[in-house]
Amino acid sequence: MNAPADFSQAGELVCPAGTPAALRTAVDAGADTVYCGFQDATNARNFPGLNFTLPELEASVAYAHARGAKVLLALNTYPPAGKFDLWRAAAANAARLQVDACIVADMGVARHIATEHPGLRLHLSVQAAASSPEAIRYYCQHFGVKRVVLPRILTIPEIRAIKQEIPCEIETFIFGNHGLMVEGRCSLTSWLTGESTNMDGVCSPAGKVTYEEDADGGLRSCLGGFTIDRFAPDETAGYPTICKGRYAAPHRPEGYYAFEEPVSLNLARLLPDLMGAGVHAFKIEGRQRSKSYVRKVVGAFRAAVDVVRAGATPDLADLVALTEGQKETQGAFQTKKWR
Amino acid sequence: MELTLGPLAYHWTPERRADFYARIADEAPVSTVYLGEVICSKRAPFFEREIPRMIERLTRAGKRVVLSSLAEVMLKRERQATDGLMEIEEHEVEINNAAGLLARGGRAHRVGPFLNAYNEATIDWMAGQGATHVCLPAEMPRDAVAVAAQAAAAIGVGVEVQVFGRAPLAVSARCYHARAHGRTKDNCKFICEDDPDGMPLSTGDGQPILRVNGIQTQSESYIELLQELSGMGALGVTHARLMPQDVDMVAVAHVFDEVLDRRIDPDEGRARLSAICTGTSFSNGFWHGEAGYRHISRRADAA
Repeated sequence: MNAPADFSQAGELVCPAGTPAALRTAVDAGADTVYCGFQDATNARNFPGLNFTLPELEASVAYAHARGAKVLLALNTYPPAGKFDLWRAAAANAARLQVDACIVADMGVARHIATEHPGLRLHLSVQAAASSPEAIRYYCQHFGVKRVVLPRILTIPEIRAIKQEIPCEIETFIFGNHGLMVEGRCSLTSWLTGESTNMDGVCSPAGKVTYEEDADGGLRSCLGGFTIDRFAPDETAGYPTICKGRYAAPHRPEGYYAFEEPVSLNLARLLPDLMGAGVHAFKIEGRQRSKSYVRKVVGAFRAAVDVVRAGATPDLADLVALTEGQKETQGAFQTKKWR
Repeated sequence: MELTLGPLAYHWTPERRADFYARIADEAPVSTVYLGEVICSKRAPFFEREIPRMIERLTRAGKRVVLSSLAEVMLKRERQATDGLMEIEEHEVEINNAAGLLARGGRAHRVGPFLNAYNEATIDWMAGQGATHVCLPAEMPRDAVAVAAQAAAAIGVGVEVQVFGRAPLAVSARCYHARAHGRTKDNCKFICEDDPDGMPLSTGDGQPILRVNGIQTQSESYIELLQELSGMGALGVTHARLMPQDVDMVAVAHVFDEVLDRRIDPDEGRARLSAICTGTSFSNGFWHGEAGYRHISRRADAA
């Protein structure tokens, strides 16, 4: 293995790469680091048409490294017993292709890499749901984890307090779609479709989605045959993500967003506060998004992070505009009232 | 194979809890009872003081008592509760969050279903750190359970599978009970106490689909693995877990016990269970590698 990559500069921008073309786009737009996965159940975005073959990853690592960017490989699902070999092979390929770190959630996978590929840097996936200093320290102590991706449930003061008590870097999501459930602890998709987020890397899979027209011209978005949301003829129909659907409770027969409205996370305004709290790396969600989306979002955050790094206040108009027209949220980061 | 009673997921009143566990102690054919608050740290103060009495009652009746820890550990009170529980030596503990693993160190413990012990490598690691018993995630299919159970047996680790009760499907930092009533987690006023079997959610076309229990989301239907029960032991599963629901749990335990002992066949057991759990349907899809909500009738290759 070559010399370990340099992850020392705070304010690292970690960008999604669903395809080799998206990876090149992200690197060209100024990503410090890109993250990607193989075309199988070893990563949590196991969607048709996404992810990398071995030759593609090899070429992509070379492309990124030649431009000073780092490549992270997501191995962040939970292997079901009997199928561990797939994750073992992915780890061996990650080491051979010289990715700069693996993002893991399963303790068996973490231990395997720490033992068999000790030169391979480990990041703890948000799928591990480590939301306390003690949980994070467990993974640092036993597997040598160098960075934790925090669950999106903590406020900035809580993140600052955690940073004081852990020996590793913190990465937080700052932009993109996010589910409401604790990552790595959600079997909703599995319940309705038989495909598991934890074991298969899918969430509300497109193959199980249907849209049914009602007599009044409205539309129902369905997953596995269950109606997740209903839209009036003049409403834009959304994707049937289970935790963003509308349901009725006994005292709310009209139906409501029981878990969360279909909103997108945008922490642009909080970038300086997050850095001040000790967040080392900022992650943009969206391996399933287009090249043009990646170019626009990565470019805008690149400019903003550079300004924050220089100690100045960024002009946030461009970043805020990225979600214009959509509902956006600062989630739990701004206030615990979100909970 | 032994029957166990998993930790109560709901916010029952202290009186109701005391009555429930007294009756379990006297009448339920389960070998092990898991006690403690797993879902919401705000609920614990209501019944914590009663736990020693419950433990005494259950142990006097010959039950093994295991204390279960919180699934989500984030706030100071949750971290302290977890650390405190991990200092206990006189009873076994079941750990549901990695924060508990750190505090427990290498001392003996059980691994709860929220710790994601999905495979032989993870179970092997956990056993090396003191785990003596693992409750597998509810969504694991039979094929994976079989491999996991064999590997666990080889290193002397017990394996438990949920065979009755609502499937635990998700947890969140947000309280959906509070949200449903226009409140937040911090000013929830314990509205979840009104729903001793969870708050039902229906789809836009009136189909019951999920249940809300504070920060937890559960299935509408109950997992029911009666026809699979006899084959589970052969796979190496050592314990079958009944999750407490708002039904006659003593009667539920007797049905499972009689099917396990082959005093009645699974069909008769299911008919009796249906009569006990009026209005609730049953599912076994997870076990068969299908959508969890489904109920698959496959007598020839059951389990």
